[in-house]
Amino acid sequence: MTAVRTPTLAAAKLVFQRDMTLAWRRWDEVAQPLIFYVVVTTMFPLATTPDLSALREIGGGVVWVAALLASLLALEALFRADVEDGTTEQWVLSGQPLGYLLLAKVAAHWVLTGLPLVIMSPIVGTGLGLPTSVWGVLMFSLLLGTGTLSILGGIGAALTVGVRRGSVLLSLLVLPLAMPLLIFGSRAVAMQMDGDSPAGPLQLLAAIFFMALSLGPIAMSAAIRISVEN
Amino acid sequence: MSWTWFHKLASPPHAYRILGTIAPWFGWASLALILLATWWGLVKAPADYQQGDGFRILYVHAPSAWMSMFAYVVMAVAAGVGLVWRIKLAHAAAAACAPIGASFTFLALATGSIWGKPMWGTWWVWDARLTSELLLLFLYLGYMALRASFDDPQRADRASAVLALVGVINVPIIHYSVNWWSTLHQPASVTKFDKPSIDLAMLIPLFIMIAGFQLYFGWAVSRRLRGEILRRERNANWLKEAA
Amino acid sequence: MDLQKFFEMGGYAGYVWTSYGLTALILLWNWWAARRSEAEAQTAAKRRNELALERSS
Repeated sequence: MTAVRTPTLAAAKLVFQRDMTLAWRRWDEVAQPLIFYVVVTTMFPLATTPDLSALREIGGGVVWVAALLASLLALEALFRADVEDGTTEQWVLSGQPLGYLLLAKVAAHWVLTGLPLVIMSPIVGTGLGLPTSVWGVLMFSLLLGTGTLSILGGIGAALTVGVRRGSVLLSLLVLPLAMPLLIFGSRAVAMQMDGDSPAGPLQLLAAIFFMALSLGPIAMSAAIRISVEN
Repeated sequence: MSWTWFHKLASPPHAYRILGTIAPWFGWASLALILLATWWGLVKAPADYQQGDGFRILYVHAPSAWMSMFAYVVMAVAAGVGLVWRIKLAHAAAAACAPIGASFTFLALATGSIWGKPMWGTWWVWDARLTSELLLLFLYLGYMALRASFDDPQRADRASAVLALVGVINVPIIHYSVNWWSTLHQPASVTKFDKPSIDLAMLIPLFIMIAGFQLYFGWAVSRRLRGEILRRERNANWLKEAA
Repeated sequence: MDLQKFFEMGGYAGYVWTSYGLTALILLWNWWAARRSEAEAQTAAKRRNELALERSS
């Protein structure tokens, strides 16, 4: 009897589609990080000043911080349901390269949380006085940044599956690692606003993203195996 | 080349005994060097042209900053060895390094901050070195928090090992990004802190202190590692002779 | 060597002595904590030993 082996790409697509379907049924969970994002960016003018020219100075940074925090909010539960119902064990046992399956899961998570943040960023940015000239850089930097953060957060979530109050621990683990993203991303927006070319930090962001894309799945599979095997 | 010495080293009872023997040597040697460096740094070394006697804080600040980074790398390498070759002793070594490294990071931050007050006029400055040390402290705290969150010691070992490896890869990126970030705004005041024209007479106590701290690290890790070995060993046989 | 001048550290006394004091504190803490960690593990191992012996006898 010849065994039929599902090609990895098909298996990854199944994982991706499953998550998208599940999210469709619970769209409020998808909306929560987005609402949090808007609420947090609203806090800054209220806490400081309604003066847009003053807010503009730190606007890029505030949008970035809010995006990072909102992404982290959604990451804690990334693997929880799958570990609880045994799906992750099936992935580990399936013989498929675990990294690809986990990457598919992270990709679905990013489409549902990171991408909406990116799309919303011009709107919240305008609330902080950011001019339309920076929208492109803002969105592109956040695209790379939220993508990287989804992978970093995926590693953290895989490590902390089942831990009590894991979301705080997850933030403590992931945020220090995300500092370079914050530095380069917000700086790119500020440079664009000043009329300088943001190419430098954007390229560094892209380099970090690709590094996370290639090495991240390795760390994630190691982490998932550790969480599931015990 | 015979690898028996390596395998013997990784055997817990053997390591336990060896560490017990070498620890006192590390301890006394480190005490001697630290005392010598303290005397040399506070008394013998000439005062700095710009900073006067204030610069003597360098002799405790720089070695602690060095140790904070050294300990993290040792921790990450040990964790990596433990993860890849499944050597429990390596995991134990990583666990032993963490609190020591974190305390040195804290000391580097505190002394750096104290040194900053007379030099820059404020208790804190977001310069590259201090900010990097702060982020390193966060990495240490995250590592220790992750370890503490598991009841299962094996999962604690392996999960924190993954974190340590991810962290150590990030450290150069963090250093570079913080450096780049700090150059974006040059402080208006002339920082006397930046590069005191340092001559050899002033450097000697620095090197002695670093050597002393390194040996002290060796002592502290040896003692902690012995404890970690005992905690991980379930087989009572060799413990009967050791304990 | 003027002891008074030594303690004054050219006006930086507070900063220098606090720094060295903190250093001593951290070194002492590490000394105490490392020894305590080892001692606790030793007593726990001894107890495990005794329990194992009791069970086997």
